[in-house]
Amino acid sequence: MKTAAREETALDVDGLRMRYGTVDVLHDVTFQARQGEVLALLGPNGAGKTTTIEILEGFRTRSAGRVQVLGADPAQGDERWRARVGVVLQSWRDHGKWRVRELLAHLGGYYAAYSTAAVRRPWDPDELVAAVGLTEHAGKKIKTLSGGQRRRLDVAIGIVGRPELLFLDEPTTGFDPEARHEFHDLVHRLAADHATTILLTTHDLDEAGKLADRVLILAGGRIIADGSVAELARRIAGEDEVRWTRGGERFTASTADSTAFVRGLFGRYGEAIGELEVRRASLEDTYRALVRQSEDAAGVGR
Amino acid sequence: MNPGTAALRAGWSRGVIELRQSFTNGAELLSHLLWPVLMLTAMYFMRDTTLGGGLLLGSMALPSILGMNAALGMVTMSQLLTADREDGTLLRAKATPHGMRGYLVGKVVSVAGGLLADLAILLLPGLLLIDGLAVGSPDSWLTVAWVLALGMAATLPLGAVLGSVFPSARGQGLVQVPVLGLMAISGIFYPVTALPEWLEWVAQAFPIYWLGLGMRSALLPDAAVDIEIGDSWRHLETVGVLGAWAALGLAVAPVVLRRMARRESGSSVAERREKALRRVG
Repeated sequence: MKTAAREETALDVDGLRMRYGTVDVLHDVTFQARQGEVLALLGPNGAGKTTTIEILEGFRTRSAGRVQVLGADPAQGDERWRARVGVVLQSWRDHGKWRVRELLAHLGGYYAAYSTAAVRRPWDPDELVAAVGLTEHAGKKIKTLSGGQRRRLDVAIGIVGRPELLFLDEPTTGFDPEARHEFHDLVHRLAADHATTILLTTHDLDEAGKLADRVLILAGGRIIADGSVAELARRIAGEDEVRWTRGGERFTASTADSTAFVRGLFGRYGEAIGELEVRRASLEDTYRALVRQSEDAAGVGR
Repeated sequence: MNPGTAALRAGWSRGVIELRQSFTNGAELLSHLLWPVLMLTAMYFMRDTTLGGGLLLGSMALPSILGMNAALGMVTMSQLLTADREDGTLLRAKATPHGMRGYLVGKVVSVAGGLLADLAILLLPGLLLIDGLAVGSPDSWLTVAWVLALGMAATLPLGAVLGSVFPSARGQGLVQVPVLGLMAISGIFYPVTALPEWLEWVAQAFPIYWLGLGMRSALLPDAAVDIEIGDSWRHLETVGVLGAWAALGLAVAPVVLRRMARRESGSSVAERREKALRRVG
């Protein structure tokens, strides 16, 4: 058995690079995740989120860098390692003719041999169906499920072996608000009750804020920010937006310090200012400002 | 239980479930029944046509068609593999411990089981409709059994290789053309000895001919051997050729399958889906 100390770091990525032909998709991705931590990998489309997650899942061979997932290199991960990792990809259409419970019971069968006293594997199919809210659809053919139901089944399949580490690639795409809420509950339960380490990708910042202990922002193939949502908001001052009218004309300005800006505005024009509106930078704006900065920097470098 | 053994068991139950699925949905059930019904109808109408030597065309065709059907398991295997790559089934197997092993066992069980069912669907009514078959002795059935077993060992791994090599359902269409050509020259619908000699040689290089021959040797009376090459059932050669294909397939298939599986990832599945959608739209 491995020692507990070695197990504490579930994910350890150092200097990860990925190159397709002559194009570098990932330049230098470095981050760690502790056991039981929920990490959100956030970034615009094409930032390299899926590539990163596929390398960690062991589905893609990296160009360079050191990657340890549950203490092993995913490129060499054996079946025992595989049994400890759960994977939910962006789009599945497989097993359409199978029935929901039937498939979960079948796939669970592969994990029975990896059951330990600490982690009972697999998850009982009926309990699992209930956990993802599909009980009334348990006997349905999978191809007849709605998009949100199908996605919940994908998550159920991802956790049927009670993984220590779960990868979720854009898990809530196509969810209605209700389904999204239920899904968030499920992720919280997994993290809290089963100490599952979770790495999820999303481009929904609000979702990242709700689910994750820590947010990584990936843009242009680099991690440009790493911290809790509160830390990120503190560390990176976003731009506030100020709107006003003067002499019947409308004005809009972006500023890092809206209080000083407004003071200046009144100092100069006094009573001529009307309809003043100040919108503080939201996390969303912070995120966008960050991504924009990194893209500009990449543009200069080119 | 050992994880590898667990995967074999899971694979077996997987095959059984898939087999049941293919007999409980309308479209697939139709494809199981349509072909045998067409064949039986054709054979029924040509039951009185003779080939000379007192041999009836219908009785010669029935075992040949059985042999051909078995060989077509290759095409089925290849199509299923391609379809399973496109929809992510294979990737799912890859994400499961020993999942690829379970997947392949399941595929072999369901394809082989489907073949046997198809054979029975054709053979049982065939025995009633067609005269001139020699099916009284246990020997006949023993021969059917070993020819089938060896034939599947020769063709199913090949099917897996073809399914791995062609990336899309479209490419699969290309596989079918040469297979149809081989069916035409493999002595299924008329004796291979009626063909030019060079075509005879081409036919004899592939498993379809030998599966047909093996089946005829099992189900036809001894006198029927007269229309075969060398007036012999050539069991030794049958074992040789089918065995060689089986050895080749079993040696190559794991390598090709592993290479194909290694390339599967979420984005490759998504990419193929986009392509397929573009084709439709």
